[in-house]
Amino acid sequence: MENHAIEMLGITKVFPGVVANDDITLRVRENEVHALLGENGAGKSTLMSILFGLYEADGGRILVRGKPATIRDPNDANALGIGMVHQHFKLVHNYTVTENIVLGLEPRSRAGNVDLASAGKKVAALSSLYNLDVDPKARIETISVGMQQRVEILKILYRDADILIFDEPTAVLTPQEVDELMGILKRLRAEGKTIVLITHKLGEIKSAADRCTVLRRGKVIGTVDVAATSEERMAEMMVGRIVQFRIDKGAARIGPVVLSVRGLTVRNAKGFAALSDFDLEVRAGEVVGIAGVDGNGQTELIQAITGLTEPDSGTILLKGRDITRMSIRERIALGVGHVPEDRHKHGLVLKFRLDENLALKTFGRPPFSGALGLLNFRKIAEHALEMIRQFDIRAGEGPATKASSMSGGNQQKAIIAREIDLSPELLVVAQPTRGLDVGAIEYIHKRIVEERDKGRAVLLVSLELDEVMALCDRIAAISKGRIVGIVDALGASEREIGAMMGGHRAPGQTDPGAGASGTGGAA
Amino acid sequence: MNEILNLLPSVLMMASPILITALGGMISERSGVVNIALEGLMAFGAFSAATTHVLLEASLPGWSIWIALAMAALTGALVSIVHAFASVTLNADQVISGTGINLLANGVTVFLCQVIFHHERTNSFRQGMTAGWGGIYPTAWIALVLLVAVWYVLYRRPFGLRLRACGEHPQAAASAGIDVRKMRYIAVIASGAFGGLAGGCLVLTQTIEYKENMINGAGFIALAAVSFGRWLPKGVAGAAILFGAAVAFAIYVVNIEFLRRLPPEFFSILPYVITLVTLVAFSGKDYAPRAVGQPYEKSGS
Amino acid sequence: MKAGGKTFLERVASSNPAISALVVLLGFLCGTLLVIAVGKDPLNMYRAIFQVLTGWDLTRGTWNSRYIGEWLVASVPLILCGLSMGFAARTGLFNIGGEGQYIVGLTAAQFVALLGPQVPVLHWILAVTAAMSAAALWGGIVGYLKARYSVSEVVATIMMNYIAFFASRYLTQLIPGTNTYKTPNFPETARLANDWLLDLTNKSRLNNGLFIALLAVLFFWFIMEKTRTGFALRATGFNKDAARYGGIDVTKNLVLAMAISGMFAGLAGAIVSLGSFSYGRVLGGMDGYGFTGIAVALVGNSTAPGTLISGLLFGMLQSAQPLMQSRQIPKEVTYIISGLVVVFISLRAGFGLILEARSKQRARKEATRDE
Repeated sequence: MENHAIEMLGITKVFPGVVANDDITLRVRENEVHALLGENGAGKSTLMSILFGLYEADGGRILVRGKPATIRDPNDANALGIGMVHQHFKLVHNYTVTENIVLGLEPRSRAGNVDLASAGKKVAALSSLYNLDVDPKARIETISVGMQQRVEILKILYRDADILIFDEPTAVLTPQEVDELMGILKRLRAEGKTIVLITHKLGEIKSAADRCTVLRRGKVIGTVDVAATSEERMAEMMVGRIVQFRIDKGAARIGPVVLSVRGLTVRNAKGFAALSDFDLEVRAGEVVGIAGVDGNGQTELIQAITGLTEPDSGTILLKGRDITRMSIRERIALGVGHVPEDRHKHGLVLKFRLDENLALKTFGRPPFSGALGLLNFRKIAEHALEMIRQFDIRAGEGPATKASSMSGGNQQKAIIAREIDLSPELLVVAQPTRGLDVGAIEYIHKRIVEERDKGRAVLLVSLELDEVMALCDRIAAISKGRIVGIVDALGASEREIGAMMGGHRAPGQTDPGAGASGTGGAA
Repeated sequence: MNEILNLLPSVLMMASPILITALGGMISERSGVVNIALEGLMAFGAFSAATTHVLLEASLPGWSIWIALAMAALTGALVSIVHAFASVTLNADQVISGTGINLLANGVTVFLCQVIFHHERTNSFRQGMTAGWGGIYPTAWIALVLLVAVWYVLYRRPFGLRLRACGEHPQAAASAGIDVRKMRYIAVIASGAFGGLAGGCLVLTQTIEYKENMINGAGFIALAAVSFGRWLPKGVAGAAILFGAAVAFAIYVVNIEFLRRLPPEFFSILPYVITLVTLVAFSGKDYAPRAVGQPYEKSGS
Repeated sequence: MKAGGKTFLERVASSNPAISALVVLLGFLCGTLLVIAVGKDPLNMYRAIFQVLTGWDLTRGTWNSRYIGEWLVASVPLILCGLSMGFAARTGLFNIGGEGQYIVGLTAAQFVALLGPQVPVLHWILAVTAAMSAAALWGGIVGYLKARYSVSEVVATIMMNYIAFFASRYLTQLIPGTNTYKTPNFPETARLANDWLLDLTNKSRLNNGLFIALLAVLFFWFIMEKTRTGFALRATGFNKDAARYGGIDVTKNLVLAMAISGMFAGLAGAIVSLGSFSYGRVLGGMDGYGFTGIAVALVGNSTAPGTLISGLLFGMLQSAQPLMQSRQIPKEVTYIISGLVVVFISLRAGFGLILEARSKQRARKEATRDE
């Protein structure tokens, strides 16, 4: 009879329109590393949020160390020794590391004031005990993402957590930092902690976890012993069918240069150079990928190319024309298409209908707009119907569907439809498959390859290295706003690219600053 | 030089209500709630202070001023519960609910004047607050004490650390076990009490009765002071004094010979123009509490 | 039970006109209770309202169409100020500076009326146009400050209100022949009076402004719903970032929205000045149409037909004030009803929460039944 640290029995949680957790039973043994695997939307985060007290379950019960537990808020969870390291860090940006860690459980002086001095000492002691290197006096907004994550871990250790939940912890880390985190997990386990690891990365499960429970669409598919189960098998359980890891694509037929970026420097809101002296070329008929950890300048690169930000220096040429300072509308007219990384923030007007969104870039021109600026609603709806057919967009009420009521995958299909329909010379795609299920991901990858085969130039920015390696012909690794190296996708290894993402240029790698064309694409 | 020193008590008199209101606004915004209703809360406070003082002047001389101020603060606190309920519990649009209270303020206060005094204003009281040492009204000292108290609580007490977290990153505060809703309620009600108190100070030092529209934008000037002062007690104090000086200057400009030739409207406009200019020139949007104005939704990871 | 069906309550909560109607009724209910609470007869309040709507004085059994005329006279500026706030609201702007824009329009109209060419018809057209342009400029400035410097339009417009007020006082007094509260009389050519309407409503002040206002309502609807300008404005209002990303010039649209918004309020000022008065005024206080216009727009949900009806409603409240006062009902009760309506409307989100809770409950029932 094993000791279970956590038992979640028959947990059900319903949100409007969706059953996030459907009668889920999860048993986590003491002192094990238990992975929770599932696609986006499978219900893993919801389940753990219930355990941590951020949500209340609609049905089922929870046992902690064999005893029934009611967890209504994070305080209850903390009292039971449960702590959570969130995917989106819950850190106050302008507080120090120490203030963030002690928030809510502050050490007091005799007068009742916050005693930051003794708090700092406690933090330093804790950090050296677990070998989690942090600077107690630093403000959160100045420290690296890896250190921020360690602050999150210290937060829960400060509250004497024995059961630690990690929600997608490696999404924001460089490969280096991922290795460090794996080491941290081992150390925590050696100290007797129990760890639940929420992730969709099979490689990490293999390297860190003992057992793995797979969720699909809110239901438990099964719990397996990691060492005895292959990645393919786990992927199959996660998705429900055999998953293709490779994308079928023919050889690239590469044409003339479409996009030419020279010496581009872009400062971010704080005044730092997010992009420094950046050079890049994309030719017709190829997919060039930018591989890098979030926050290394990719966002600024896209914003400069699409016109959302003006660069401080450098030039951007589209088929020879200088578009560096052109308005967004002019760039659209010249053939720059953009699938934005945040579809809710930039891609769609959620309160608009599907047909209005599909016409978002073209509503001002005929045939959608006529004399006196009058809109032709019939043509707009007809166009939408055509797009729905061509791109297999599922929308309950056809062209009149409110964008907000469409699923993430269909929203993304709509955006891609809108962009591809304009036959852009250059298609800039950022994070196209974030938060989507495997079916939608496969479809979108297919369309991107189609565009490339039609002779368009595609620039792909993605945080998922697998996606970049599968889709792209050439891959540029970015770190701290500069290109570290450009390699041909064929024959490149994940390790090599990962190292470049971390800033280390492999020996023998050509300096991309010298000469224009890197290692491929000779005309 | 002497003239400037002579002007000091009036500057402080004008600045005190603005500072007190601005402190309240700062507390509220630091917790994440925009309190547009400050103007209306000041009106409610001014009305209750004037009414209380007029009614008690004769029977409780000396005390009635202080009771009036307490009533003003209480009224402000009670009315702001409405705004708190709308913004925090019901996640309403904070700007709309605040504007509603401003619209209500004039209506309710004059309505009650009609009912109590049968006039569209309160009766005049015989003697408002008297100036003390150096010609400075007690309201200036009240403002100073509140300034120090607010700074102390916000930056030295655990309560303040938690409150400020609610305005920057309510999810972070929630995951640390803090009851964000409760914090915001307290902050909004406190800002209501401050606003009401400030209205009471205003009516008891600057005039002899409460009538319609007497706040005349002071609540909004206070709001601008919060932004101009970058949501810090020091900055807000400086901004309030600046704006108070503009208002004081407008009134006492008749004493300055060569300026008397300019039309009076020129000086009346001054405080509003200065406020507008500071808003433009020093748009401190980057210094605002990050989560201010956004309704707090419970969320998972 | 069939999934996806809405209960009656949910249907009400998701229908904006229903919510507006509910909110207004609630406001009236509270007003009535307040009147009772201070010992007055609420029926007097409703008799006054009835009289204003139909012209019938129930206590005396007489009929006078002048009351209906005055009701419409009060409604016109309210409708226009409602359009003003509503137009800005659709673009995502909270323009509470309608009062100042109104004053600017009023002042400009007075100037052209007294100093402009006394050519029939052309004169008042010129005056009205000047009013609209000046007020559009006044509003546009705020739009520019918002777009370029991210200045909150909420505080900026309030400041502009006071600046407009004092500037108006000063400038109007510059007109020759003006004393401390009024200017010389307007020439006939500048006035909006209409003899037919005068006859129809037994010498009320109803004037051509009525027709101009109706045209304005149509204009609002047409621009907002039917043109690409309106599309761009609405997109900007719902999601500034997505609009920008789609190539829409957000700065231009914010300025345009505030300018058109100001224009409506300025029109209100011109109509009140040239229609209801025979001389220009040195303002002693703010007329208040701009502020009540906020409530009008919120109840009308910032749509053209909604604002029209809402403006008539609030016009009814306002024109009933003197009748109420003469029956011992303090006229402030109408301001209280307006204020309550705005507060209640802000709770619209609260209805959303009720909706969510109910559908969650139902989804849960359905989910467990599917086992």
